[in-house]
This record gives sequence, C-alpha cells and structure tokens, in this order.
Amino acid sequence: MNDSTETTVKAALQLHTFVAYVEDKPGVLNRIASLFRRRNYNIISLNVGRTHEPGVSRMTFQMDADADGARRIEANLYKMVNVLSIEDITHTQSVVRDLALIKVLVAPGRRGEVLDLVEIFRASAVDVSPTTVTVEVTGDRGKIQGMLASLRPFGIVEMVQTGTVAMCRGPQGRAAEVAHRPPAPQSSSEAKI
Amino acid sequence: MESAINPTPSTDPKETPGSEIIWDTLVHLGVTTVFGYPGGAIMPAYDSMIKFPIHHVLVRHEQGAAHMADGYARVSGHVGVCVATSGPGATNLVTGIANAMLDGIPMVAVTGQVASSLIGSDAFQETDITGVTLPITKHNVVVDRAEDISQALKEAFYIATSGRPGPVVVDITKDAQQTTCLYAFDDTPVQLPGYRPEYETAEDDIEQAVRMIEAAERPVLFCGHGVIRSEAGDILRQLVEKTGIPVASTLLGLGGFPASHPRALGMMGMHGEAWVNRTIQDSDLIIAVGMRFDDRVTGNLKTYARGAKKIHIELDPAEINKNVPVDLALIGDAKKVLAELVPRVRAGSIEPWLNTIDQLRGQTAVIDIKDLPDHGKLYAAHVIHDLWKLTDGKAIIVTDVGQHQMWETQYYKHDYPRRLVTSGGLGTMGFALPAAIGAKFADKEAEVWVIAGDGGFQMTAAELTTIAQEGIKVNVAIINNGFLGMVRQWQQFFYERRYVATPMKSPDFVKLAEAHGLVGLRATTRKEVKECVEQARSCENSVVIDFRVVQEDSVFPMVPTGADLADMIRRPEGSTGGPSEAQDHNPIYETGADK
Repeated sequence: MNDSTETTVKAALQLHTFVAYVEDKPGVLNRIASLFRRRNYNIISLNVGRTHEPGVSRMTFQMDADADGARRIEANLYKMVNVLSIEDITHTQSVVRDLALIKVLVAPGRRGEVLDLVEIFRASAVDVSPTTVTVEVTGDRGKIQGMLASLRPFGIVEMVQTGTVAMCRGPQGRAAEVAHRPPAPQSSSEAKI
Repeated sequence: MESAINPTPSTDPKETPGSEIIWDTLVHLGVTTVFGYPGGAIMPAYDSMIKFPIHHVLVRHEQGAAHMADGYARVSGHVGVCVATSGPGATNLVTGIANAMLDGIPMVAVTGQVASSLIGSDAFQETDITGVTLPITKHNVVVDRAEDISQALKEAFYIATSGRPGPVVVDITKDAQQTTCLYAFDDTPVQLPGYRPEYETAEDDIEQAVRMIEAAERPVLFCGHGVIRSEAGDILRQLVEKTGIPVASTLLGLGGFPASHPRALGMMGMHGEAWVNRTIQDSDLIIAVGMRFDDRVTGNLKTYARGAKKIHIELDPAEINKNVPVDLALIGDAKKVLAELVPRVRAGSIEPWLNTIDQLRGQTAVIDIKDLPDHGKLYAAHVIHDLWKLTDGKAIIVTDVGQHQMWETQYYKHDYPRRLVTSGGLGTMGFALPAAIGAKFADKEAEVWVIAGDGGFQMTAAELTTIAQEGIKVNVAIINNGFLGMVRQWQQFFYERRYVATPMKSPDFVKLAEAHGLVGLRATTRKEVKECVEQARSCENSVVIDFRVVQEDSVFPMVPTGADLADMIRRPEGSTGGPSEAQDHNPIYETGADK
C-alpha cells in the first residue's frame, strides 16, 4: 500500500552520522548494505576499517533522516547479530574527517602558487611530477570543497575521496564491548500525532 | 519460548563426522521431527540420520518442508526444522523462509552446500543461498568445518527463538559433513557479543501507561501475535477483567484472547468486523500489544484513529513509530510488560463506551450472511460456521490465503491460542496443506483441518501424498468457487468486473483425493456440509471435501486499500453479495452436479 507511506507526514531531514562496531567477518558489510537497500535508506557516505581490537571493525556512515527515522535506522542495525554496537553521534561533539587526494595540472613555473594554497589549507603535497602536484587534504567536507574550488582553476587531473570517519571528543572511548542500550523511542512530549 | 536443551551427562569428546554432529546437536536441542528432501550436497547428513531418534518427513517439494516447519513451530512454540540440499533444494525453501520471516516464526533451515573447495566455481547445484536469503532471514551462516557445526546450530536455535523470532539458515558444506573432529555436545548457553534481544521496560513508562489507561474514556486493547508468542493470554485477560477494556485482534492475534469472551470484539482491519473498525476510529486510547500496525490493519494512516492516544507494547524497538506514531512505547516482552501493568491499573468506568460498541455490533449482525434463509445455495460462511459448530471450536484450523481465510476469521471463533495457523504478513498461497502437516506433527492428538481455496490448494496439493505416506489424519475443506476469489472480488469492486485470469478450472478433487489414497467427498448444499464433516471426522483416513460454494460471493465488510478504516464496503442488506445471484459468470467452472 504505497499510498499510505506517501501520506506520512515527513519531518525535516538532517544529515545523521552513525558509528557502528561490527564483527570483522566475511559478508558483514554485505549484510549491512543489504539492510540499507531493503529498508530504502540512501547512504551518503560509508567507511569501514579494522580497529585496534582484533575481530572488530568500525563503520562510520551518514544518511539523511528525520529524528525518528534515524532512531529506526539505529534500531534496525542493532537487531543484526553481527553489529556489536551502534550510535548516532550527530548531536555529540565529534571530530569528523574526510581525506581527499587531488592531482592538479601545474606547470613548473606556477608550482609555488599551488604550494601556497596547500599551506593555507594545511594540506600537504604528497607527489610531484614535471606537470602535476598531488595534494592530500584532510578535514570536514566543507574544507575539502574549499580546497577543490581553489585548485580547480589550475586544472584537476583526478581526485579521490574517502568516506567520512568520525570520533567523539572527550576522554571517553566508545568501546565495542560496552553494552549498548537500544535506541530510545521519542518521548511523549516529542511524539507527533 | 526457551529452546529446550536436553540436559545430558557430558560425554567424552570423540572423533565424529560432521554429518553426525548435525543430528546429535539437533537431538540435544530438543528436535524430534524434521521436514526435508534429500539431494547430493546433503547426502552425508541423510546417511547419518538413521542413527538418531529423529523422524524425517519426506515432502514433495521443499516449499512444503519450510511451511511444515512453520506450521510445526506455530502450534508447538518450538523451532521448526526443515532440511534441503544445495541449489534448487535450497531455493525452493525461499518462499517458506520469507513467510516465516514476516510472521516472526522460529525456524531453522539446514541446507547442504557444495564442498568448500568448489564454492564460487559455479559447481553443479551451487547457489549462494546465504546471499539469496539475506533479506528474508533473521540471520544466516555458512559452515565449512565440522568443528563449527554444533555451535552454528546452537546459535541458530537461540537466534530463531529469542526476541522477535524468525528463520535462520545454516548452510553446511558437503566436506564439513564428511570430515571428522573431536566432538561432544557442549550445553553451555549461547552468548553472542552483539545480540541482546531482551529489554527492560522503564519504571516511569509503566507509571505513565497506568495514568493514560485511567484517564481514558473510550479505550481499546489490541491483541497481536506477540500475545501468543509470549504466552500473555492469561495476563491480558486479567487486564481486561480488571478494567473492562474491550479487545480487538489482528489476524495473527486471533486466539490470543478468547473469541467468546464478552469483551472480545473480533478482528480489525481490511476485512475486520465493522464494529471493530468503528470502535478503533472512535477510541481515545489504543493499547497495542505485540503487533506492528500493518497496512492491512490501519487503512489510511492519515485518518487512522486520530482521536486516540497510543501505547505500543512491543518487543522490537525498530517497530516503534514505523507506521503509526505512538505516545508511549513500552519495549519488552508482552507478558512481562502486562504483568507490570496489571497490579497497578484500577477499574475505570467505561460503561457508556461499551454500550456504544454493543449498538455498533447489533447493527452489523442484521446483514450477516449466515443468518439468511437457506435458499439452496452453499456459501463459504455456512461451511466455516458449521465446521466451527461441529468441531466445537476446538480444531486446529490451518488456512490458505484469500477469501476463505477472511471468512475463517469471521465464522470460526477461536478461544484458544495456537489453534489458528495462517500466513499473515506474506500472504502465501499454498501454505495451508503443508503447514497443516507440520501442525499435526506438533500436536498429534489434535483434530486438524485445512481450509483452502481451490486456487491455493492446487499450489501445494502434491503434499497429499505426504499425508498418505505418513499415515496421518488431516482433513481438508476446499472452498471451491471456481475463481481466484479474492482477486476476482477486487476485479468486481475496483476493475469493473473484468475477470482477467481469475476463472479457474480444477481437477476433480474427489478423484484427486482417491488417487492419493485418501477419501474424497463433495458438498453442494448446506445439508451436505454436516454430513460430510461428520463423515470426515469419523473416518480414520484423511478426507478431502470439495465444497462447491457460490462463485461470486465477496468478503464483507471491506476497507478498500488506502481508505479510512471505518469507510467500509458493506454487504448490501438482504443480499448475498454476488453481483447477480441468478447467473454464474465463470465459463470454465464445472457445476457441482457430478458427471
């Protein structure tokens, strides 16, 4: 009954950042990706990598969702057997970073201009050839967009970007084995009728 | 529902082939019956099976095996187990697995897989069945070492039964079955690091629920499948008797609260009784227990119970606010949450509300088909109503999907849980016959009746032979109207009666039953219903009855898709429902007259 979903009042969408610890086993990424597809969630960014704990991978992913949609994304992921913990850190003070490599066309005479920009953005030049410079820039999405805009006039040969990774600020670690409460449904005061 | 782990004296580990570890583990987990079909990649397991106290039911199609395991689980409350080989054997299970997933049925499917050295080589009968079943299982796993088999099965049983139950596929490679390892069953409970299916309900939330219930003037309780799963029927009844709040049921919740109880309203939703839907729309508080506000239950979400506050008692946090935003969610097992609530609520005064509901109920009864004078034609309503009377309402009824399924909910009153087995979420035609076989194995003393349409019955009719081979007693009532009736009804209401691909020719069901070594009967009048049912009940053999009912009857009331829940199409007063009672429109239907 598709018409009923259309009639659901859509609350404001916002970019949500989630951090999940998952078991480092074959097929786990596929399971999670399959859940996103089945529930019709559109991933904006996804990063997976191993952690300092053997057998534990950490994922950061971002999606547009309203507050209740975000809670259900969390709840659905939490139901998966291979997901150790999941947390929506959108409203938590955190360090959120992307990394981009940008290869710029640059004649030897203009290399200084590019290196000046690299300095300003606190990026670094990681490779130089007679006709190009490759820039590595780390930061939030805005900074990478800024770097890209500044380099574009020189001519960009290629670029690559990682998914976003995020970590909460402060002394507390988000350990995989920490028992995680299920995402609490919104309280009655927030409930929409 | 605890998985029954048999305590056994621990034995010394000894070299054991994987094929034996499978059965030894299943026996320790309490399994006595499995439903399956052998084939190349599962042959080592089959070869070892005879050493164990396991009864294997040979099915005629693996879909039947999955539905049998499903029916077994619904009636027993324990895990249903089905077994199939790799490739086509495994893919044939898919419909049955999806069915169990949507209805939250504890099921473990053990499939053979090609040898681990061949995986990925497109070997004969190789299918990536864990990939195929990823979205329709609660969990699945490939096992490619004999030493991992026992643990994988234990985890599968734990996952299948805990929290919201569901199907788990354990795909075991042929070499894992063939190799040996040191093995003794380890009965330490399963611990999974990322899986915590039980939640405690917050004290404050219980208090808030009590306040909401006491403030309500027009409250209604919903009894969903979760009431049956968590065996919360008694505590729900205490809540009702303390507060007087009436109870509406979902399709899968029928039997969770006794239909004959004065506070029982009946089924809600698309084909729910009119007074039930009206009650919901007029209520000021809904207390929904163990249900998920399916679209067949709510109708148009925009206009759904707008004046009602909503309390949702539900095990699965992902269900909260999915379709219907609620005011208060009590996350937890239905029985535990209700047990917290009952001692704290006080009896309120809702007499005016109950009187209003009684008036609504009275209006509906006037146009009930079963009360119309017998004018010689047989209606499905007659068949099911009379079957209910003749079986004293105590049979296990296993339905297929379609019109007969909805008539069953209207005319067979279920007073006991686990006595109605029906495919709810997936709506799987062909479910009834195999599920009834599973139901019979779960409760061998029970009287089991299949109610199926002529269409759905033919999808899995081959399992009649399974009944004959097993020598079990399962009676079958075919509600035969010569149409794919529910689709025909939609064509009548919404497609200007263009009956495209719904008129249906069937085999002679009497002869079909006889060909399978069973007894076939036919009824064309209401008088014959009683004769046939009594004959079927007293006959030792299983009996198939071909009930030739009016072709173009429709299920009333009906909420059209997307309409307001109370905006129902009603049975026209004094009419029997068909567009033209004098004329049958099916060109290929053979009339009830025997040739």
